[in-house]
Amino acid sequence: MTVILDKCFGGKQGAVNLAILAILLLVIFPLWLDLFRLGLIGKYVTYAFVAVSLVLLWGNGGILSLGQGMFFGLGGYCMAMFLKLEASDPISTKIQTTPGIPDFMDWNQITEIPWFWQPFKSFPLTVFFVLAVPTFLAFIIGYAMFKRRVGGVYFAIITQAIALILSILIVGQQGYTGGVNGITDLKTLLGWDIRTDSAKYVLYFINASLLIGVIILSNYVLSSKFGMLLLAMRDKEERVRFSGYDVSSFKIFIFCYAAMISAIGGAMFTLQIGFMSPSFVGIVPSIEMVIFAAVGGRMSLIGAVYGALLVNFGKTMFSENFPELWLFLMGGLFIAVVMFFPDGLAGVYRDHAKNFNLADWLIASYTKWFKKDANMLGDKV
Amino acid sequence: MSNTDFILAIEDLTVSFDGFKAVDSLSMYIDKNELRVVIGPNGAGKTTVLYLICGKTKSTEGSIKFKNIEMTTLSEHEIVRAGVGRKFQTPSIYENLTVYQNLEVSYPVGRSVWGSLTFKRTPELSEQVRKIAAEVLLTEHLDLEAALLSHGQKQWLEIGMLLMQDPELLMLDEPVAGMSAKERDQTAELLNQICQNRSVLVIEHDMEFVKKIAHKVTVLHQGKILAEGSMEKVQANEKVIEVYLGH
Repeated sequence: MTVILDKCFGGKQGAVNLAILAILLLVIFPLWLDLFRLGLIGKYVTYAFVAVSLVLLWGNGGILSLGQGMFFGLGGYCMAMFLKLEASDPISTKIQTTPGIPDFMDWNQITEIPWFWQPFKSFPLTVFFVLAVPTFLAFIIGYAMFKRRVGGVYFAIITQAIALILSILIVGQQGYTGGVNGITDLKTLLGWDIRTDSAKYVLYFINASLLIGVIILSNYVLSSKFGMLLLAMRDKEERVRFSGYDVSSFKIFIFCYAAMISAIGGAMFTLQIGFMSPSFVGIVPSIEMVIFAAVGGRMSLIGAVYGALLVNFGKTMFSENFPELWLFLMGGLFIAVVMFFPDGLAGVYRDHAKNFNLADWLIASYTKWFKKDANMLGDKV
Repeated sequence: MSNTDFILAIEDLTVSFDGFKAVDSLSMYIDKNELRVVIGPNGAGKTTVLYLICGKTKSTEGSIKFKNIEMTTLSEHEIVRAGVGRKFQTPSIYENLTVYQNLEVSYPVGRSVWGSLTFKRTPELSEQVRKIAAEVLLTEHLDLEAALLSHGQKQWLEIGMLLMQDPELLMLDEPVAGMSAKERDQTAELLNQICQNRSVLVIEHDMEFVKKIAHKVTVLHQGKILAEGSMEKVQANEKVIEVYLGH
């Protein structure tokens, strides 16, 4: 019990923090918010996947990727391609020149579904590609960069450049990708209408549960020797290398893992919002995601989720009223966090909640009210 | 080149940086359980030799054989896995981890990605960490964040991290730089103790310290060996006095 608690939840305090997050996402938000606002939270939660990936990659591994948006986008595009093919059946597209193909292909004088769209007719293959395509791209980039010992600022710039290239490629290949509009008008998933209210609730819960699952898995990664090596590499890469570790393979792995969880967020975005476009692939979204992680706390998996929720909530509130000021505010927020709260919200919580240990308080109240054995949460954590 | 009984055999080793030969057809042999000290004036190529052995710098010519295995073609982590440990000049430890974790990370099990993800902390590991911590005088500080150690303790911790790997050849680059007199004595004692069952190669400037530890001394000058032998013999060598030891 204690071992599982330590390995998957980050100890007693970590388990309580995760439980609070789970209750907030799975109980409080759905009961409290209307479907429109809940849909917004669902969208922010998909960004939280990327923020969590950056905690692993940047906070723990010291590898700053300014191109996580491309993995988010690729995961989203893979899912969108499947949904688009399903939405483009010959009956609903009978007014097109070539019925049975996606509308934007028809507008671009393409008469048959291109070869790389073919696998997306199958849902199992689509799920596989959602995870595999971004991971494979991350592997190629990681292999090329880390084997040559490219790191730090150079790596950040290169990832940013690749994200830009990818977004330009998607915009340019309008007939194959839907261009700047992206892939829109998605309707059903295996015959199940994803636009109904009930579907929105179901997808929201799947999304939030997946995020909790990803956090638990990531806690396991960080609590293993691998996690300790990540910190060690961030601190003294040469020392790790001269302790007999192949540093590049560790970096490639964590970069691929981060890409994969970003892609899950992207796929869930497509399902919930009903479209995917290049505006989630390029430089700006990638940098925004770094800001979410920084605001939440780049060392804290759970902090990153709150960072994504809060910054996006602020963005929505602000951009509803002062759309032109938002970007300046966000830039200012980023500078302020880096200067005054380098560990983000999680750091503020840690420093100011020191005297008030929530885990102990909850266990104490639990014992008091239910007279149960408080040790069931593990006494040696 | 033929096989030898030496733990480390360097023959005709040359490295040139844009035509400048930092190490020039150097040959050097280290015995099993020997503690060798390399001395020499600044720019003599001491650190470069160490870099060549551990694979950080690639040689232009020549061969380095460790236990008769050619090292010049291996990558850094492969050389470490073959049994060569290397300490950096400035203490190179993981400041954000505790002393215990620093030693644990250096334990030579779970060195692959998958191995590290599935690595389980065993009683042997904990026993080994405590044993090494006692050797490098850090038993009381096991749970302390490594950043809070004194300079000398950091140097010892790094030596401890190398001992965790149980290397057959240990290379130390100026291990007592910046240490107090007492710490120097303790370090000398430590080195004499650890070379009981492994070979040690030390680069050092402090002659008092060298006298305390060296079995044999090699003097380098302009990438070449100037003299080699016992401390007394080297100190009496006129060429050595002229270029290095002074008057």
